[in-house]
Amino acid sequence: MTSEQLIAGQTRGMGELIEIAGKTTELAPFGRELAALGRERSDIVALTADMGRYSDILAFRDEHPDRFFNVGMAEQNLIAVSAGLAKTGKIAYCTTYSVFVSRRAYDFVAIAGAHSMANVKIFAGMPGLMNGYGATHQATEDLNMMRGIADLTIIDPCDATELKQVVRAVADIPGTVYVRLLRGNVSVELDPATYQFTVGKAAVLRPGGSVGIISTGYMTARALDAAAHVAPQGVDVGVLHVPTIKPFDTAGVLAFAAQYDRVIVAENHKTTGGLATLVIESMFDAGVIRPVERIGLADSFFECGSQEYLEARYGVDLPRFVRAILQEA
Amino acid sequence: MTTTTHMSPGAPTGADLDRLRVRAYELRVSMLDMAAGKGEGYVAQGLGMADCLAALYFFEMRHDPQNPSWAQRDRFLLSTGHYSIAMYALLARAGYLDLAELPTYGLNGSRLPMSTFDDLPGIEIVGGSLGQGLGQAVGMAIGLRLDGQGSRVFCEVSDGELQEGSTWEALMSGATFNCDNLVALFDCNGVQADGAIHVQLEPVADKIAAFGWDTVEINGNDLVALTDALVNARQADGRPKAIVMRTQPGSGIPTLERRERAHFVRISDDEWQVCRQELEAGRPEVRND
Repeated sequence: MTSEQLIAGQTRGMGELIEIAGKTTELAPFGRELAALGRERSDIVALTADMGRYSDILAFRDEHPDRFFNVGMAEQNLIAVSAGLAKTGKIAYCTTYSVFVSRRAYDFVAIAGAHSMANVKIFAGMPGLMNGYGATHQATEDLNMMRGIADLTIIDPCDATELKQVVRAVADIPGTVYVRLLRGNVSVELDPATYQFTVGKAAVLRPGGSVGIISTGYMTARALDAAAHVAPQGVDVGVLHVPTIKPFDTAGVLAFAAQYDRVIVAENHKTTGGLATLVIESMFDAGVIRPVERIGLADSFFECGSQEYLEARYGVDLPRFVRAILQEA
Repeated sequence: MTTTTHMSPGAPTGADLDRLRVRAYELRVSMLDMAAGKGEGYVAQGLGMADCLAALYFFEMRHDPQNPSWAQRDRFLLSTGHYSIAMYALLARAGYLDLAELPTYGLNGSRLPMSTFDDLPGIEIVGGSLGQGLGQAVGMAIGLRLDGQGSRVFCEVSDGELQEGSTWEALMSGATFNCDNLVALFDCNGVQADGAIHVQLEPVADKIAAFGWDTVEINGNDLVALTDALVNARQADGRPKAIVMRTQPGSGIPTLERRERAHFVRISDDEWQVCRQELEAGRPEVRND
């Protein structure tokens, strides 16, 4: 194939979200909030496995260098050392990419972390399809894997507002927590004056409408954009945001889903094993039977490319949401 | 029996060593009782570790059986969780557990399962998934240093665990973070699940030293060598400490020492009596001077 035949665009830097015109963004909300929390609490320590720069955690290092530890490229050791620190009464925040903590360090998260109820708070970078570096760096099955671990809390925040609230909330959630990290210039979708993250609770962001979208992570931002996009056409869409994948808010999801004749589930993850599976299981078990359309990723390894190219190619971009809402092929 | 042990100020006296030999013997008696009750178990490795555990808990470590969660205690991590038989014998003889509870070892519903869980007083980590102990020990050493209370961390690691890459990740970290309050005790008994170790591990001590650890290699069933090594490991010189212990599986019971398959021992009823007689034949004399 010649360069002329290729679609214009290229692979860019790691883990930077797509900038959408008109969106308010906040730079490095995770690291800045963690540094602030470190000012208030001396029991907060932070670690990374050579992903300080690419997980925004260097703001903590700069303010609290005596409580920051970079273990190098060793994700199993990252979790073990974090767990050891936790067992001396510290709250250990640690970062790496979600592919490496889920695929490589799984047994350590399960045993040194969750089984031990160790206060390890894992902020996992580039979850789902969030970079153009191919399957080695795209954690498209991490929710499925991690929710198999007992006593692990799993959170997929929507935006900068929620991510900052999650940074503080997890300090008081007992045991090990897996958070899907948003880094770089993170959009502000939720109003900090009115939105309050509560672990284990879904939040209705848009009530009513003729179709309901149940979504998690930054796909909730896309659901809100899609709802705003179709509103001028007289189409009203409800949106339920499910930031906590485990423990799952079954009651909240059922109450929302029961209002609609059909439901769309959206996630930055494979369409199996993650949010859609949890929603469908919950609905079926409770006898809330509705047609469900899944927006998410296929069971496949993806190639390299620009984020926009990959999202369009694999069906998680804004037009895909609009087609699902309008029931267009 | 309750005991509060604190670090001895210097090298052990002859009387100290006599006392430790009795302690090690008592640990072996309890281990044999537990294994005899079940007819099988990881008793060979436990017997090999008896001298090390006696030296740690009755000579070197700062701990209080009446207050297992004492914040200023030294920590001992048993990375090889299926050596639990040794740990339970130790916890009972040190006063953390009632000796009467030992016969429940490995029974359904017991607090003393075949592999260690951290909900039992005196057990610091969930052991058993091999290769996870030393990294946690590094984290604990860093955390205790931040607390500034002078607590130290002792971590048992088997030679089989040296085949897990994560053990070497932890070795790098221990040196990187200057964990001189950490002592790793490598139990090199030469056996693993499939038999004698065939993986190219040696020279273990040279490799660990090359990773930046202050390393010594000793006979792990020699209490003089063990206490010497532990005293030398007290130096706060910025380097983590490693004691490579060559241990004899089944140590103290010749019948078990000769076993080819020492990883998981099954022994018939009549053999237990032979083992007990052999152990008693080696009972240390207690001097009353």
